[in-house]
Amino acid sequence: MTNRTVLVLLDPADEVRSSVLELLTIGRALGRVEAVTLEAPSVEALAQLGAHGVETVHQAELPAELRGDARHLSAVVAEVLAAAVRRTDADVLLAPSTFAAKEAVALAGRALGAGVIIDAAGVAEDDEGRIVGTKRVFAGAWDTSSRVTTDVAVLTVRANAVVPQPAEAAVATEVEGFAVEVGAALPTVTSRTEKERDADRPTLEEAAIVVAGGRGTEGDFGPVQDFADALGAAVGASRDAVFEGWFDRYVGQTGVTVAPRLYVGAGISGAPHHRGGMQASQVIVAVNNDPEAPIFEICDFAVVGDLADVLPQAAEVIRAHKAAR
Amino acid sequence: MRIVVAVKYVPDINAERKFADCRVVRDPAEGTLNELDENALEAALQIVEALPEGEQESAEVVAVTVSPPEGDVALRKAFQMGVHRGVRVSDDALAGSDYFGTTAALAAAVRHLEAEGPVDLVVTGMAALDGLGSVVPALLAAELGRPSLTFAKTVAVAGGALEITRETDEATETLTAPLPAVLSVADTANRPRFPNFKLIMAARSKAIEELSSADLGLDPAVVGAAGARTETTAAAPRPEKPEVELVQDKGEGGKALAEYLIRNELV
Ligand SMILES: Cc1cc2nc3c(=O)[nH]c(=O)nc-3n(C[C@H](O)[C@H](O)[C@H](O)COP(=O)(O)OP(=O)(O)OC[C@H]3O[C@@H](n4cnc5c(N)ncnc54)[C@H](O)[C@@H]3O)c2cc1C
Repeated sequence: MTNRTVLVLLDPADEVRSSVLELLTIGRALGRVEAVTLEAPSVEALAQLGAHGVETVHQAELPAELRGDARHLSAVVAEVLAAAVRRTDADVLLAPSTFAAKEAVALAGRALGAGVIIDAAGVAEDDEGRIVGTKRVFAGAWDTSSRVTTDVAVLTVRANAVVPQPAEAAVATEVEGFAVEVGAALPTVTSRTEKERDADRPTLEEAAIVVAGGRGTEGDFGPVQDFADALGAAVGASRDAVFEGWFDRYVGQTGVTVAPRLYVGAGISGAPHHRGGMQASQVIVAVNNDPEAPIFEICDFAVVGDLADVLPQAAEVIRAHKAAR
Repeated sequence: MRIVVAVKYVPDINAERKFADCRVVRDPAEGTLNELDENALEAALQIVEALPEGEQESAEVVAVTVSPPEGDVALRKAFQMGVHRGVRVSDDALAGSDYFGTTAALAAAVRHLEAEGPVDLVVTGMAALDGLGSVVPALLAAELGRPSLTFAKTVAVAGGALEITRETDEATETLTAPLPAVLSVADTANRPRFPNFKLIMAARSKAIEELSSADLGLDPAVVGAAGARTETTAAAPRPEKPEVELVQDKGEGGKALAEYLIRNELV
């Protein structure tokens, strides 16, 4: 079914993040890709969308009272998504696997009577042309495939599912506005402060390399951050390290789920809750001074040693290697 | 104040979890209350404990689960923490439910309880540790026509309104809504209490109320495998990883690590 229309959520619209570029790559394999936004896309974003084969961006026009902070509520985003699917007659709706997008997508699926798959690691079609989502479940120990049995399929896809590729030929991208009414019962957003994105490091969700520190840092994230910078990696932590106030974001089932090319855990024991959020990583490396640390069970490579010695030495060798290239 | 806490019975995270015929195998001995629902129960109990004297006595916290009879383990745990009532919705027709089927059953249970008297708040955990979809709370709110305040890091109920703060991927937010509302609680919101001896003893004799889909007037076409809009078509264990390459640091561990990364083109 090549005449399929695949709608991709672009939110925010000031940039096209790598997770969205992945969705466009997946979408082009299934049909024609279009994007839906809740604000005017930036010039840079439009150029990138064109390079990735998006001819039409559907920009929602919300009622005045919902144009402020309330437009980020998942119930509002859901109504935008449902209206965009109806308007474009789209067959597939794709969004990144953030907590907010998951809710919005599920609510849109509810409004559309569509089947929903959350946290897909891959999207394909089966012999009958039905959409199939693959998932890693049970802390990465099992792979499952689920088929959507409704005509419209709605999915969130985890980062690092595919390598983003531009379209064979760039296209001109047009923005079309469309009005959206919101009927859902909404809370009031009394304050909203956007988080600063660390401009020097990739985001944890999207990074190709993640270096995470745990209790074994004893509060000093310096070696972890320096080693991450040598690799150009994102920095994460275990929940315990975040609860101690040593770092702000943690990897795991209740934190951020990552599936990078390389995950390095330093001073992290490898509790099931932590594993659930990183076990799908392609290569897993650990530094831990306990030879019995459970994380070693799922590692490809590990050093038994003090992270305060091992990480700085490794960073130095990596920097020298990069400089010699 | 009446609060319904939706709780889930899940396979123990430390037990071996597996599929057979594309269905999750549930060994009753290895199931447990979803740990993240302990945060939901704690939040509900704290809301009641913060009520002015006089309102506390009439307050009621009801734990509701949609599960086969094994799920009583989850309700017993809820009793031990201090909830007043436990309701289990069980029906063969519910097996194989997707997010929407589960939501329909939970919403029907809330409406059933509402027939006795108003339900001011429905509380859930931020996710179930088996499925991790995190979407049922928002769907439940939509189904009940109530505002949804999810992933709460702090929770306050005052003057007939709920206020939460939360950390989303993008921002820090404060949300408010008049009751009735639906609340989901993050794992950062509180530290769930340990049951005391008195409550453990009392939990033993508490009766679990059982409801079927017929009792709730659930349309069999929208729940269970019959109503599901997705179906699992394959499930396979991942191949075992090769044995880990373990290097003991005797002064060159960092160098060995860097060389491994360089050799495998990860730098
Ligand atoms: C409902 C629930 C949800 C949870 N969700 C998450 C989650 O999403 N993510 C998460 O991470 N956790 C989560 N947890 C917590 C989890 O169970 C563990 O408690 C936590 O991951 C442990 O963190 P850690 O590995 O840093 O600490 P520890 O388990 O204490 O491990 C520290 C490790 O550091 C090593 N070490 C000590 N000193 C050094 C040194 N100098 N050099 C090298 N190694 C050293 C030790 O040998 C040890 O292995 C959750 C818990 C619950 C109950």
